Amino acid sequence: MEPVLELKNINYAYHTLEGETTALTDITFSVAPGEFVAIVGPSGCGKSTLLSVISGLLQAEKGLIKINGKYLRDSTTNIGYMLQHDHLFEWRTIYHNVLLGLEVQHMLSARSRAKAHELLDLYGLKHFSDSKPSELSGGMRQRAALVRTLVLEPDILLLDEPFSALDYQTRLSVGDDIGQIIRNAHKTALLVTHDLSEAVSLADRVIILTDRPASVKTILPVTFDLREDTPMHRRNAPEFKTYFNLIWKELNQHE
Amino acid sequence: MNEISAGQQNYLNGHKRHQRIVRVSRVAILLSFLFLWEFAANVGIIDSFIFSSPSKIALCFWKMVLNQTIFHHIWTTLYETIMSFILVTIFSILTAVLLWYSKKLSEILDPYLVVLNSLPKSALAPLLIVWLGATQMTIIVAGMSVAIFGSILNLYTSFSTVDKEKIKLIYTLHGNQWHALTKVVLPSSVPAIISNMKVNIGLCLVGVIIGEFLAARSGLGYLIIYSSQVFKMDWLLMSIVLLCIMAMGLYALINLVEKWYTKRF
Repeated sequence: MEPVLELKNINYAYHTLEGETTALTDITFSVAPGEFVAIVGPSGCGKSTLLSVISGLLQAEKGLIKINGKYLRDSTTNIGYMLQHDHLFEWRTIYHNVLLGLEVQHMLSARSRAKAHELLDLYGLKHFSDSKPSELSGGMRQRAALVRTLVLEPDILLLDEPFSALDYQTRLSVGDDIGQIIRNAHKTALLVTHDLSEAVSLADRVIILTDRPASVKTILPVTFDLREDTPMHRRNAPEFKTYFNLIWKELNQHE
Repeated sequence: MNEISAGQQNYLNGHKRHQRIVRVSRVAILLSFLFLWEFAANVGIIDSFIFSSPSKIALCFWKMVLNQTIFHHIWTTLYETIMSFILVTIFSILTAVLLWYSKKLSEILDPYLVVLNSLPKSALAPLLIVWLGATQMTIIVAGMSVAIFGSILNLYTSFSTVDKEKIKLIYTLHGNQWHALTKVVLPSSVPAIISNMKVNIGLCLVGVIIGEFLAARSGLGYLIIYSSQVFKMDWLLMSIVLLCIMAMGLYALINLVEKWYTKRF
């Protein structure tokens, strides 16, 4: 099957007057349609930079990115991006926050509005559509942020540690919750995280990056022999610990 | 309403007492000041020709109300202040947006703005009279000159300190800088814009009075300078009292706008 996303020899460096900091070197991997890939690596290694490069917010200095077989620049594929914080605007209601992306892309129509209502309804936010963000819990807010991304019907979702700002208990349930939503919607997703258990419980494959400058160290397929493959079930399966330790070892191995 | 516990009742009573003391004290200070002034002027402790007295000021005001000249003066100053305030608000928002839009431009203009902002604006007034003539236009520009540079700098600072991540969000939604401006920067800066307006209305009034000192044939500033020259202290003090009331009124107006805004959003 043709990959949705293909990266070849991606290099990126930050430039300041003090000098150059290489963030990414020679990153190569691809993601198949419907796949959920997690990217883990030491903190500050350039994981978020990688997502910014894929989304086109930053321009790779070397290498090429193809989306659905087309170069990133010519691609018309919609890429959804979820940031660490929900960044819901306090001066808008939840419904109008969800419409933000549609407004920006001039896609407001009766159909897209209906879609927004449908998604809010589907994810249990129907009764909050006229509420202010501050009236919602952290988990609900993150759901609203997800709806804001999904309403644009992206083919690829980039998730930049979207749960890390939540407290531990909320993080577990929201992580599982949003993981399920993405899976059931058959979206291709790329999740950057520093939380290994999150990576193991959600992903089909885990890409392990080296310390800065980041390059791909190992790509680890994660398969569970479960009848119901949900993040919660995964956490309780015996393989969970094995994968966790494998990744842990890879991350702490310094040659 | 449910039963109120004794502790809560106690707290409420305490709060009420506190508010009453504040309110009564405020009025008492004003009344005793007026009374002392009037008394001292009447028994001759102070010279009422130099210091006037509350009753003389009130009488003077009443006379001017009867012959209707006072309304003309008040209206002139009010009109000039509001005009320069509106122009400052529009102009400084536009300029701050422009500076925010282009980092290069803001860096180039920064030293000029800083110098213009720290310049004592009263020094400009005589220049403006020569350039623009002794017209109402001059006075409006004088009012603007006091507020505008500080206003631009303040607004620009608040625009450029908007959460970078929120702007990144706009770009992740495939928006451009215009969207960042209209969807994030301006809406999140409304409180800053309003508090900026509160400062500006006072500064505009200062500028307008300076302008009227030098180049006016009507207005409270004109009345002040004229009456000091002909030694009509009743007029002078009355004008100052009217200015106080006008400043309070204008400030209260913007407070109303702020209240309306916070209630709505």
